[in-house]
Amino acid sequence: MMEEYPIELTINGEKIVSTAKAEESLLRFLRRHGFYEVKGGCEKGDCGTCTVIMNGKAIKSCITLAGQANGKEILTVRGLEKEESGRKLQESFVQHGAIQCGFCTAGMLMTAKAYLDENHQPNKVEIRKAISGNLCRCTGYKKIVEAIYAVAEENQKSK
Amino acid sequence: MSTSRLLTQEFEYFAPHTLKEALDLLYKYKDEEVKILAGGTDLLVKMKTLDMKIDYLINLKEIPELKAVETNNQGLKIGATVPLSQLERREIIKEKYPALYEGIKSMAAIAIRNMATLPGNICNASPAGDTIPPLMVYEAQLRIVSKEGERLVPVEDFLRGVGETIIRKEELVSQVIIPAPPSNSGSAFSKKSRVKADIAKINLAIWLEREGKTCKDARIVLGSVFIKALRAKRAEGLLKGEMVSKELLTQVARQAAEEIKPIDDVRSTAEYRTTLARVMVEDTLKLAWERAGGELEG
Ligand SMILES: Cc1cc2nc3c(=O)[nH]c(=O)nc-3n(C[C@H](O)[C@H](O)[C@H](O)COP(=O)(O)OP(=O)(O)OC[C@H]3O[C@@H](n4cnc5c(N)ncnc54)[C@H](O)[C@@H]3O)c2cc1C
Ligand code: FES
Ligand code: FES
Repeated sequence: MMEEYPIELTINGEKIVSTAKAEESLLRFLRRHGFYEVKGGCEKGDCGTCTVIMNGKAIKSCITLAGQANGKEILTVRGLEKEESGRKLQESFVQHGAIQCGFCTAGMLMTAKAYLDENHQPNKVEIRKAISGNLCRCTGYKKIVEAIYAVAEENQKSK
Repeated sequence: MSTSRLLTQEFEYFAPHTLKEALDLLYKYKDEEVKILAGGTDLLVKMKTLDMKIDYLINLKEIPELKAVETNNQGLKIGATVPLSQLERREIIKEKYPALYEGIKSMAAIAIRNMATLPGNICNASPAGDTIPPLMVYEAQLRIVSKEGERLVPVEDFLRGVGETIIRKEELVSQVIIPAPPSNSGSAFSKKSRVKADIAKINLAIWLEREGKTCKDARIVLGSVFIKALRAKRAEGLLKGEMVSKELLTQVARQAAEEIKPIDDVRSTAEYRTTLARVMVEDTLKLAWERAGGELEG
């Protein structure tokens, strides 16, 4: 065994052709390829800091194999700024003081982005539920919810 | 050795593009440590935290035949790899199978439901699996296929105990088949966990069929109280063919709570579970009866 498998995927719009061992998680694969913005925390699906977007859906990269991402499109927090919806979220997090140590932020932004793409008029309770898989030890969540809500409201107005 | 951070063991990985290919692989490796991968939300956590020996891992998610959802007036056929988040977005699930809808919505956060599947939840065979009581009250069946043929098995008969099912190594679940519920029926799910979207202390689903003021048929299934989800058959018996009243529902709830065999575990004591079960069953009975179009006097 010890065989490496070919992997071809798109990360933030850039095509990556590489190989991976069968047991490598997507999280490890991304970091090995320089995407250090994707953080590892619990590494077993609980904390959400490793969240990335795969084909439009938020997923936890620590419990996804690199192989499962073969042929897929991955968006990390670095790719967010290329999209208006992503930029707005980033700015809103800064404005609302939704970032303290920043460890949860990348995962939080990815969850928020995927959520707002599919849900256009969420209330604060729904936003709180949507981010329930992302743990934050610093902010108490209130400012994060407010930051996401502000973007949802703005999107509503600009329609 | 395994750590919680990395997968340390080595295995061969396959992502077949047809069902036939997957079945051939399972057949070829049936006498070795071969495992099916769907969403991986149970399996990969287990591989990281427990010592599990796996030589061959077969990912089903690249097989188009397993991604379809078919609906007709007979009911619903859900392909094995349809993610839970896709099911919860379907109007038909919300309207006709509210207990399943509520069960799915109670599970984990969206990033897990984007990967997780129904057969993954069933085959993992946790007594706390949240889609299991709903699927049991709707009398769902699993289509189990192998290179040599196929069989249909009710979810109820499929499960044997904690992590144990009747599936053989050369087989996989290709479809979950849920019959259409008759009109005048109603159902509901309820779950109590430590915190929201966590593993259940108790979960349960109830389905009732109404004829006027009488309960024609009833199914009550509780999870997390025994080595597998359990039907409260004597409680169901108290309801069937009877005029429904608030007193009757209280009596049925008490019977259901006595009938289950609660287990002490790290999440709660047996006594606490019995009391909790009675209250939860009563509330859920009322909701299911209302959804069946029934009224409650007294
Ligand atoms: C953070 C977190 C929270 C969770 N919360 C909940 C919760 O609240 N409630 C709950 O019930 N569960 C919960 N789970 C568990 C898990 O998400 C579910 O059980 C999920 O439905 C598993 O589906 P999967 O597709 O990911 O299964 P996988 O992990 O891919 O597979 C699970 C098992 O089923 C087998 N299998 C999968 N598909 C098939 C098939 N088609 N045929 C034969 N065998 C198959 C696999 O070999 C494996 O043994 C949680 C998990 C995590 C990580
Ligand atoms: S590192 Fe993936 S969920 Fe915690
Ligand atoms: S800002 Fe520190 S964990 Fe969220």
